[in-house]
Amino acid sequence: MATSQTTPETALTFDLRSDTVRELNQALHGPDARGLIRVVNPDGRHAIAVGIDADCEVEIDGHVGYYCAGMNQRATVRVRGNCGVGVAENMMSGTVVVEGSASQAAGATARGGLLVIHGDASARCGISLKGADIVVRGSVGHMSAFMAQRGALVVCGDAGEALGDSLYEARLYVRGAVGGLGADCIEKEMREEHLTQLRELLAAADVNADPSEFTRYGSARQLYNFNIDNVGVY
Amino acid sequence: MCGIAGLYTKTDALRSQLGVHLAAMLEQLSDRGPDSAGVAFYRDPAPDGWCKISVHSATDEPGWGDLADALALQFGDATLTGVRATHAVFTVEGAAADVEAWLRVTRPELTLMSAGKTIEIYKEAGPPGDFVRRYELAGIEGSHALGHTRMATESRVTTEHSHPFSTGLDLCLVHNGSLSNHNRLRTALRREGIHFQTDNDSEVAAGYLTWKMAQGATLEQALESSLDDLDGFFTFAVGTADGFAVLRDPIACKPAVMAETDEWVAMASEYRAIAVLPGAEDAVSWEPVPGRVYSWGTALVA
Repeated sequence: MATSQTTPETALTFDLRSDTVRELNQALHGPDARGLIRVVNPDGRHAIAVGIDADCEVEIDGHVGYYCAGMNQRATVRVRGNCGVGVAENMMSGTVVVEGSASQAAGATARGGLLVIHGDASARCGISLKGADIVVRGSVGHMSAFMAQRGALVVCGDAGEALGDSLYEARLYVRGAVGGLGADCIEKEMREEHLTQLRELLAAADVNADPSEFTRYGSARQLYNFNIDNVGVY
Repeated sequence: MCGIAGLYTKTDALRSQLGVHLAAMLEQLSDRGPDSAGVAFYRDPAPDGWCKISVHSATDEPGWGDLADALALQFGDATLTGVRATHAVFTVEGAAADVEAWLRVTRPELTLMSAGKTIEIYKEAGPPGDFVRRYELAGIEGSHALGHTRMATESRVTTEHSHPFSTGLDLCLVHNGSLSNHNRLRTALRREGIHFQTDNDSEVAAGYLTWKMAQGATLEQALESSLDDLDGFFTFAVGTADGFAVLRDPIACKPAVMAETDEWVAMASEYRAIAVLPGAEDAVSWEPVPGRVYSWGTALVA
């Protein structure tokens, strides 16, 4: 995780009412992508802070549109507002923190890193998750973790209908009620290794919750051709 | 893909600026629907015993003055209250259903866009930015309004195929999505006496709501039953004399955001269309839950 020597007063700042999203993203893809970078007046624009591959911190003051912080690598991106569709989609590493709520498909296909959503996430949160971890302090909508392959989805509130439909090997932890389990998703025993993982994820997300209050869900492994001899590759 | 927007005002100050703000919302949604644009404004109620109609002409010389005279002759009295581009609005002393029936027979080349006490519909093929300027939306005052920007997937790009679609007196529908059972449903609704102007899928949704309410359903009940009877994807916004209602299908592939302040209630396909409203940064905003009817105004369940 990046450590910033920059103060908010001296940080490189982009005002999206005068600077374009393209100018911002080009700067984030170049040598200026270090320390703290501030983005003000995002006004729901799409594709803010996408494709970063640098040890920097980006703070966005306000609500953002679609695909914010998509494909992120190494950077820490904090949104002081709500996010549109597909926040941190296909994230590879780093951390994305949403202080408000996120729309659909948050963290879709993300391969690594940590996505923290302090509000709610709507439908299809963590769809096709491929290795990243997602912690949602609120609730998630229907079809969350659909076809999720690796990584973990932690939900401190409730989950909507068809949780974990067609699930592969991602781990799902839900503290509240589940509207219904999707095909091949079942409740599973919470062993010590899971409590440890959950404790670490909650700590990393700076979310105060008791791991013992969560239920673990995972794949029944009836729907996809799981072969125990191949377990090492998952 | 399409863009939809709704704005409901709570203050007189905002009522005088309704067109300015709806125009700004539509411009933000241009990327979602560059083919066509349309709006429904609720304003200037017709006097008791009178109705208001919006009419579109595809010809350069529609003869709006002559039509006003003919309406006055047929129905007692009539006034041409405004002309914007290819549309004209008339108030007529008489029942909307009678005026509608008379127009269909005597002026079949004209398209009736809306009928009721307060609704006015304007819509046209072409880029939303051009539409906003050509129809001088910024100068329109009113209590609430809906808007639509269209990227056609199911039927042709024409003014008649654009949204909003009238769903009855002072009612209209804008739709983002696509319906897959519209052909069979249109056939069934025609048998029930519902009139369609195009082969557009969204017009079938509008006709469905009209038919349900003619059967005695409230708007809310009609919307709820549409969850069972319409096959496809949709976010609907339905304008009423007093407000508007929003419904998303249960799968909810099509986006919607809502927001509220002390001055307004707004819905839009994307937050950026709400961000242009005054005080948006301090608004309470949320995503409507799929399959749940949201409504503002008092007459929805009457």
